[in-house]
Amino acid sequence: MTSVSPNATAPPAPARGERGTAPAPIRARRSPRLGAARGGRTPWLYLAPALIVLAGLLIYPIYQLGLISTLQYTQAQVSGGEPTSFRGLGNYTDLFSDGQFWRVLVATLAFAAACVVSTLAVGCALAVLLTRVRAVPRIALMLAALGAWATPAVTGSTVWVFLFDPDFGPVDKVLVWLGLDGFADYSWTYDRLSAFALVLFEVVWCSFPLVMVTVYAGIKAIPGEVLEAASLDGASAWRTWRSVMAPILRPILIVVTIQSIIWDFKVFTQIYVMTDGGGIAGQNLVLNVYAYQKAFASSQYGLGSAIGVVMLLILLAVTLGYLRLLRRQGEEL
Amino acid sequence: MKLSARIAVPVAALAVAGLAVTGCAPSTSDNSAKTDEKSGTLRVWLFQEVNNKPKEEVVSAALAAFKKDHPDAKADITYIPVDTRAQKIKAAFNDPKSAPDLIEYGNTDTAGYVKDGGLADLTKEFEAWPDAKDTDPAAKQSVTVGGKVYGAPLFVGVRALYYRTDVFKELDLKPPATLDELTETAKKIHKERPELYGLAVGGAYTYGAMPFIWANGGDIANRAGGEGAYTAAIDSDAAKRGIAAYTALFGDDNCPAAKCAQMGGNDTVQAFASGKAAMAIGGDFNRQAVEDGAAKGKYGIVPLPGVKAGQIAPAFAGGNNIGLLKSSKHRTLAVDLMKSLAGKASQNKLFDAMGFLPTYTDVREDAAKRRPYVAPFVKTLAAGAKFVPATPAWATIDSSLVLPTMFQEVASGRKDVDAASAAAAKKMNAAFSSAG
Repeated sequence: MTSVSPNATAPPAPARGERGTAPAPIRARRSPRLGAARGGRTPWLYLAPALIVLAGLLIYPIYQLGLISTLQYTQAQVSGGEPTSFRGLGNYTDLFSDGQFWRVLVATLAFAAACVVSTLAVGCALAVLLTRVRAVPRIALMLAALGAWATPAVTGSTVWVFLFDPDFGPVDKVLVWLGLDGFADYSWTYDRLSAFALVLFEVVWCSFPLVMVTVYAGIKAIPGEVLEAASLDGASAWRTWRSVMAPILRPILIVVTIQSIIWDFKVFTQIYVMTDGGGIAGQNLVLNVYAYQKAFASSQYGLGSAIGVVMLLILLAVTLGYLRLLRRQGEEL
Repeated sequence: MKLSARIAVPVAALAVAGLAVTGCAPSTSDNSAKTDEKSGTLRVWLFQEVNNKPKEEVVSAALAAFKKDHPDAKADITYIPVDTRAQKIKAAFNDPKSAPDLIEYGNTDTAGYVKDGGLADLTKEFEAWPDAKDTDPAAKQSVTVGGKVYGAPLFVGVRALYYRTDVFKELDLKPPATLDELTETAKKIHKERPELYGLAVGGAYTYGAMPFIWANGGDIANRAGGEGAYTAAIDSDAAKRGIAAYTALFGDDNCPAAKCAQMGGNDTVQAFASGKAAMAIGGDFNRQAVEDGAAKGKYGIVPLPGVKAGQIAPAFAGGNNIGLLKSSKHRTLAVDLMKSLAGKASQNKLFDAMGFLPTYTDVREDAAKRRPYVAPFVKTLAAGAKFVPATPAWATIDSSLVLPTMFQEVASGRKDVDAASAAAAKKMNAAFSSAG
């Protein structure tokens, strides 16, 4: 960004012509002077609209979230039944001393990790498949994926629960017909792992299309000669993916991975709908549903905000950690 | 770190977008009324029922009676959906300017709304009201917090045992006279007719399970000295006997845990109505659902039996109340309208129109004579119904699913009665102490 923005004030023609070929020293020599004279203010001017919007929609809510998380703030304080009081880190100590919070946190991390890995695997595999099939099956697959993508989460979850219903659902019947008698009247939401598995299927089903479409677009942009060379060398599909496509697609994969981490860490609707708000005795709670229970269902807004802050920090840590790891490997985005 | 910073912002944006809903200013609204205007428009929120027409007619009649005495006053009635009532009423507390004067509310919410500072104390008006003398004690308890009255009971809802007369006749069974017999009967039916649940039970059906605890002499919590102070009693020996009795009904010999542990009250009634269960614990308010199902014309209702023959297990006294918001600018007028809506005449009509049980003992007995099917419910109420602890902590306990979690843990075999009830008692005590 810093190397491009001074150019914005330079005469346009040379800048456009130079960009690809001009040796770096010329720009390096010119930009400090410009930066000191005019560039100091100009980039901020361009950034101002975005910054104002971000400040309003992001900084202010985060500030409020942090503020409320230090207050005794329930419905009674909101509607004036009791005065609002400062609790310091009281909400956080309450939260961290709640054994359920830690169990839910661990379950959320494991569940999100499983969802991210599965979504990426399915999405990438189908993207590669798309490039290798004829037009008709490709369009069919595309339409099926877009259909899944366009389905609202609540609708998708309800349909999945019905498909796996022990009394009326077709899935158990098909499994029995295939000879798996153990699935007669099998209740998927009863056992903790099978309930998580059921939700995972739904999450993967509704989030793989984004990965697939994005990666497919990326593959299409790879020069044909590269792939041709790989196939001339006799590389298998896996080998081509591993050594040719994946490295080229790295920026795209980073973006979809981060997006998947964020989405899957924040899963709410699927768990809420499919396991009736957290499963038997709360066995399928994830952090977002837990936060909802605390913050909104029982109106403990202060505690809910503390959970929000913790989630924010975890997501930031995971994402920054992931990016650092990539940088250490010498990759630029 | 340039890269990280560039990513961090959108990352943070996405992360917070979902959580920032709480991010409105931590404001506090002033709910105290400044005036008591004697004319103007009263706003009233009532719950929207599945079939609302008959209710609207009763309300119009009550309004007409009210207007005769107060020609200058107008009333604007809004029917709010039951599903979103919690948000709506919270919003009304937050924004006194657009809040109604009177609201209908579920009686388990009383203590919570009082603590929120939303409801006005009506003790004086209630005591001076002639109709109120015949109010059922359990119903009165449901509008009372810390010795003060916060509204008028509108109707009570109570549960009893529905059973399939055809199945009982075929297997030559009699309606059970004790809770032990109930269990035996349920298991016998499931053995003979494996496609039926003997008694449909639900792990998340708190108000169907509580009678087992109350019948065994246990309770959710006991008063502990001070005003509105409670300690959990769910881990007492008597309560544990009740928990064991209820959770023993989950199993392959009656209602398989894999299916029944996650059921709630409506699911069990639905199972009965659709002919999948030979017995279920349902309310007077569930009768229409059963009438509309496959069980129509093939069922009877008796009070849920107690531990010994001749006893009735205490039922939970559910129901709705009408209360005045603290922010109302028309206190006198609104109280008069409340009396008109929840008075004897209106409750009598409401029973005929909707089947809601009156909260006045004399009106209720009359009603049972007119419609014999409510007799088992009236009998259950007469035997003494119970109520949840009248403390704002109940809202927290209810919404954090303390009791369903306990029943589900035992029913699914994850914990034994001792461990599950001890854990529940611990959570309840934490809620009691933070609310007190």
